[in-house]
Amino acid sequence: MSSHLAGRRPPGDRPALVLRDLEKSFGDVAAVAGVDLEVNQGEFVTLLGPSGSGKTTTLRMIAGFTVQSGGTIEIDGTDVGRVPPHKRDVGMVFQNYALFPHMTAGENIAFPLQMRKLPRAEISRRVDDALRLVKLDAYGPRYPRQMSGGQQQRIALARAVVFKPALLLMDEPLGALDKKLREALQLEIMHISRQLGATVVYVTHDQEEALVMSDRIAIFHDGKIEQLGRGEDLYERPVSLFVADFIGESNILHGRYEAASGLGGGWVTGEMGGWQVGEAAGARAGLAGGAAAALVVRPERLRLIPRTGEVPAGVNTVDAVVTDVLYLGSTRKYELQLPNGQAAGVRQQLGRGDADWHPADEVRLAWDVDAGVLVAGKGGQG
Amino acid sequence: MTDSFRRWNRVLLILFGALCILFLIGPSLVIVPMGFSSGSIMEFPPPGFSLQWYEKMVTSAAWTSGFANSFQVAVATAVVSSVLGTLAALGLARGRFPGRSIANALILSPLVVPVVVIAIGMFALFVRWKITGTVVGLTLAHTALAVPYVVVSVSTSLRTMDRNLEMAAANLGASPVRTFRHVTLPLIMPGVFTGALFAFLSSWDEVVVAIFLTTARFRTLPTVMWEQVRQVVDPTVAAVATVLLVITTVVLMVALVIRRQAPVR
Repeated sequence: MSSHLAGRRPPGDRPALVLRDLEKSFGDVAAVAGVDLEVNQGEFVTLLGPSGSGKTTTLRMIAGFTVQSGGTIEIDGTDVGRVPPHKRDVGMVFQNYALFPHMTAGENIAFPLQMRKLPRAEISRRVDDALRLVKLDAYGPRYPRQMSGGQQQRIALARAVVFKPALLLMDEPLGALDKKLREALQLEIMHISRQLGATVVYVTHDQEEALVMSDRIAIFHDGKIEQLGRGEDLYERPVSLFVADFIGESNILHGRYEAASGLGGGWVTGEMGGWQVGEAAGARAGLAGGAAAALVVRPERLRLIPRTGEVPAGVNTVDAVVTDVLYLGSTRKYELQLPNGQAAGVRQQLGRGDADWHPADEVRLAWDVDAGVLVAGKGGQG
Repeated sequence: MTDSFRRWNRVLLILFGALCILFLIGPSLVIVPMGFSSGSIMEFPPPGFSLQWYEKMVTSAAWTSGFANSFQVAVATAVVSSVLGTLAALGLARGRFPGRSIANALILSPLVVPVVVIAIGMFALFVRWKITGTVVGLTLAHTALAVPYVVVSVSTSLRTMDRNLEMAAANLGASPVRTFRHVTLPLIMPGVFTGALFAFLSSWDEVVVAIFLTTARFRTLPTVMWEQVRQVVDPTVAAVATVLLVITTVVLMVALVIRRQAPVR
């Protein structure tokens, strides 16, 4: 890619974006209730959460479309909290593309450059580069209505990066596209943003999209960031029941936590039995003795074993009955019911010589103690 | 439900519709042949064909100056009211200020307040300002009556326009004024244009306010007609009415075509 689109500014040591205690209320309702976030230069951070969790409102405050009720927003070290949107130097891609229907693709891309009063020759060179960047070289003279949704979104992306903004914001940009196109564009957006060294704040409610694209993910819940980290951190080491439930599939066993004397770790005891908690997991959760707790185990960490026979040391079990067996190609998924009626799921890699089970088989779910993650149970930290 | 039942239903519907249309536009159409009459009084059916009344229309000073005055006032009204109406619609649609619904009601009030009441009020005021019988005076009066049409038409365009486009423009570095010029205005232009056409028409055939605000030396076409009907009753009035009808129809058709092409996407 030609030089003037690539590598926008020298990556300083200050973060590209800093949010401190950001708040927004609409009347009595707090849409965003104290968000702190630092995004590094060139980093791809995704705000992930269910609808109404405050992620979009946060993005709109960064863009300047909504004025915050409290807290600060810094872009490249400058407080922009009171700066109107057109002076913020932030590019944004909207879910419905928001291309100007009365302008061609080329004119759309030229728009931010014209607003910055660049010389005409410079504008046409940059527009060509931007079209090439999104692989739509020949589409400059077309109107948005003459293009497919995917093409329109690529033009919108070109328009948002052509003026080399300090920050690129994306508000569910792939939400209106079908699955196949979405997956192709995920990769393309990733590649383009890396190529440009752009700092990206991306909003989505699609966890798979977030896991694929992001350097780090911020899980939004009730107007706050519940957990911030790499996808692996969120999946393997969720800090709360909400995160465990929201990211991936989980089997969740409720009970009360008792720390083991002497050693780290401890036990979660519930109506279906007691399970050992690993040392690291126990230390991370930091629960008090007697607190409501939940033990989270991912479906691929569970094994099915017969009810008879010895349970090896360092393994937790719970009784279950197979209800359904789903063949999914590379894996087989077992749906089971626990003694208290709760549903559970187990994912088994095929071709490993594991035993086959059938509906109504009485089995045990088994997992290594270290595969269980301890989080606070319902009713908070107790 | 048989097919023949359905067919009869359809025939009756078309018949009823045709009767309604005839009732609505019949009286206007009766005027047309009377203007081509060879007789010297308005009568239907006319005794023979002649263009003499059209000739009189284009040669008589009263009629030609009436045409010129009406046209000037209507064009000025269309221009002024489409500027004011567009700005008002924008403020009502996008602005957040106390009393917005009251402002909306006041701006649209000429649609419901009896025209005679408005005319008398304006007459009292304009006499004091000494602008009765002028293009400026009548344009002001007609603009007040025409602004609601523009506001309604532009508001509709603004409502159907995607607000994200204005946010996108701001995000890309356009100040509010440039956002309006480069994005909002081009997209609501069909609404502005339709509003302007209706404003033109509302002034072009307005008679009540014009009777109060015109003088013997400054008459608009409808007031000349009103006067002539009371005094001479020759078929020139029918000829003029036919011309008015044609112009109005053409303007309305233009408005319809614009409406149809309006959706840019």
